[in-house]
Amino acid sequence: MTADAPRGVDAPPDLVQLLTPEGERVDHPDYDIELTAEEVRSLYRDLVLVRRVDLEAVALQRQGELGLWASLLGQEAAQIGSGRALTTADMAFPTYREHGVAWCRDVDPVKLLGMFRGVNHGGWDPAEHNFHLYTIVIGSQTLHAVGYAMGVQRDGADAATIVYFGDGASAQGDVNEAFIWASVFNAPVVFFCQNNQWAISQPMERQTKIPLYQRASGFGFPGVRVDGNDVFACLAVTRQALRNAREGQGPTLIEAYTYRMGAHTTSDDPTRYRLADELEAWKLKDPIERVKAYLFKNQFADQEFFDKVDAEADALGKDVRARCLAMPDPKPGAMFQHVYTEPHALLDEEREQYLTYLAGFEAGGER
Amino acid sequence: MGRTTVGRTAEQTAEQAVTYRQALHDTLRAEMLRDEDVLLLGEEIGVFEGSYKITAGLLDEFGPRRVRDTPICEEGFVGAAIGAAMLGLRPVVEIMTINFSLLAIDQIVNHAAKMRAMFGGQVSVPMVIRTPGGGGQQLAATHSQNLEVFYAHVPGLKVVAPSTPADAKGLLASAVRDDDPVLFLENLALYNTKGVVPGGDHIVRIGTAAVAKEGSDLTLVAYSRAAVIAHDVARRLEDEGVSAEVIDLRSLRPLDRATVCASARKTGRAIVLEDDWLSYGIGAEIAATIAEGAFDYLDAPVRRVAAAEVPLPYAKPLELAALPDAAALTRVIREVLEATRFVPRRVPSSQG
Repeated sequence: MTADAPRGVDAPPDLVQLLTPEGERVDHPDYDIELTAEEVRSLYRDLVLVRRVDLEAVALQRQGELGLWASLLGQEAAQIGSGRALTTADMAFPTYREHGVAWCRDVDPVKLLGMFRGVNHGGWDPAEHNFHLYTIVIGSQTLHAVGYAMGVQRDGADAATIVYFGDGASAQGDVNEAFIWASVFNAPVVFFCQNNQWAISQPMERQTKIPLYQRASGFGFPGVRVDGNDVFACLAVTRQALRNAREGQGPTLIEAYTYRMGAHTTSDDPTRYRLADELEAWKLKDPIERVKAYLFKNQFADQEFFDKVDAEADALGKDVRARCLAMPDPKPGAMFQHVYTEPHALLDEEREQYLTYLAGFEAGGER
Repeated sequence: MGRTTVGRTAEQTAEQAVTYRQALHDTLRAEMLRDEDVLLLGEEIGVFEGSYKITAGLLDEFGPRRVRDTPICEEGFVGAAIGAAMLGLRPVVEIMTINFSLLAIDQIVNHAAKMRAMFGGQVSVPMVIRTPGGGGQQLAATHSQNLEVFYAHVPGLKVVAPSTPADAKGLLASAVRDDDPVLFLENLALYNTKGVVPGGDHIVRIGTAAVAKEGSDLTLVAYSRAAVIAHDVARRLEDEGVSAEVIDLRSLRPLDRATVCASARKTGRAIVLEDDWLSYGIGAEIAATIAEGAFDYLDAPVRRVAAAEVPLPYAKPLELAALPDAAALTRVIREVLEATRFVPRRVPSSQG
């Protein structure tokens, strides 16, 4: 990083890149990918649609329809690239920001909103999608993923596990212990760290003194840094790491070097601690614009295609909004459900008391 | 949103009404001015000025040598604070919420609490862990807990939980100056509440409960947010001819058993209001304390009003339903009064 450049804007060393911010296809000695025009258009569509869903969710939060939202803005390529690398049998463990990966796992976007709207606790079946429910506590899911991967290993199944976390989580004990376990037991797991440069207000250099991907070598497995705004490179690097895991070569740490273009969550205001220049510089590396440029340059898509995707995105946004607003509120007794698998005397008593109390209002009682 | 909600103030010399948040901020600052060994550690406390703005302006004023943003590693910064405290510094650690203290519980329970005893009194750990707890903010099950009982259970720790700005000031000053580790429990629902705070150097001795309101018919025992609710309910009961005494525990460990029992002996009826779960909660300790120290004086069993025994729901109506409130407390008070055939005294009409 030069003295004058905004943080993280100069390309960092050892970055695997296959598509430049200008939309030029470049070679890398270790990674390659062959994509048909149809496949690139499909990736582009995914990127645009998840950005649109995210935008709608931010708007819904601002309008008081969601309690909170963690935007993925800027991280679409890291999520779609890695998400598209997964086979149906692979398992993914997300944080609370992996809306793009959820899309790749065929989770209906409305189901992501249920939790943030407070109408349910995880709206999708993780076994159906091989996509675990969102973990709110920072970094805990890395250990769960290692345990899951060791189960896969024990069963001899032909599947890998991928776990998502951020640069901030890399400081947590859980994440470091997950690295040790995965390494020692050669677990078929890919650690996918989206380094979006900021842990709320704390910049990357407050989380780590060495590039994050280099941490892996200390734990005894390979680490690779990929351009997180390059969907081709994210796809190629993740695909390879998952293949290695399935073939018994153990874990890989992927550091997807990207940028959180929005706030940490809707409760945060990044203008208080970072410079506008930085965001402007990263906009030039936008993960979607470079794919669009590539499609245009190579005449793989015409304006009609882009218009169609935009129209589809708008329709999706509208649809997500309408179905979000239509989600039924939970019933009052719902909080007593699912605390235990079996009936529990104290809970039964409390539920009974509470429902009797509520029934008193219907009978015209006074609180 | 403005840059900060807590302004820097000149040292407060006269009594004035401030928020709980401001009282904490001003006291932290005053203690840092008073003693150079006081330093702050925690996530987002510097540049971001704290998730709840208690440390607003302190990085600017005292610099990074005394206000340190940490990486996201709770066990790491609590452990490091213990080391600094053993050296003689007085670290005040902010754990963003008490829920995250679970990641540091080994350092708190096995190290901070025990070092003095296990090292034969040769070291002490003069540190404070400031952390807010409590629900009602729609932060969901893992971010809304009342886990103070975990720490109140442990010998070697002190645990305080002020409910008013004045006690926030007095107890925080005491905690910083204490030579033992103190868990200082704040409450998300109280930060914006206002109250009169004494000027100058105001100290509340750790281990003393407050009789927040005197009364003769029944005793309400509470702490933190619940003490504010109990106080409100007690004031309203006056209009109905019921004189409730409110004991604000303030300190959960050491617990002021004498004040609690004296009140129960006087009134013969006691109810605990607590935000934590009923089973094995603070109320269980209070009920046992009263059973041991005032049994012969009781006209009715001690009752507890606590949170529903469920992980706190995120949905607003369900969250409100799960938390104990004034209505729930009032219901139980009426049950106890009826069961003991209480006759309200005549209240002079406000019309005269």
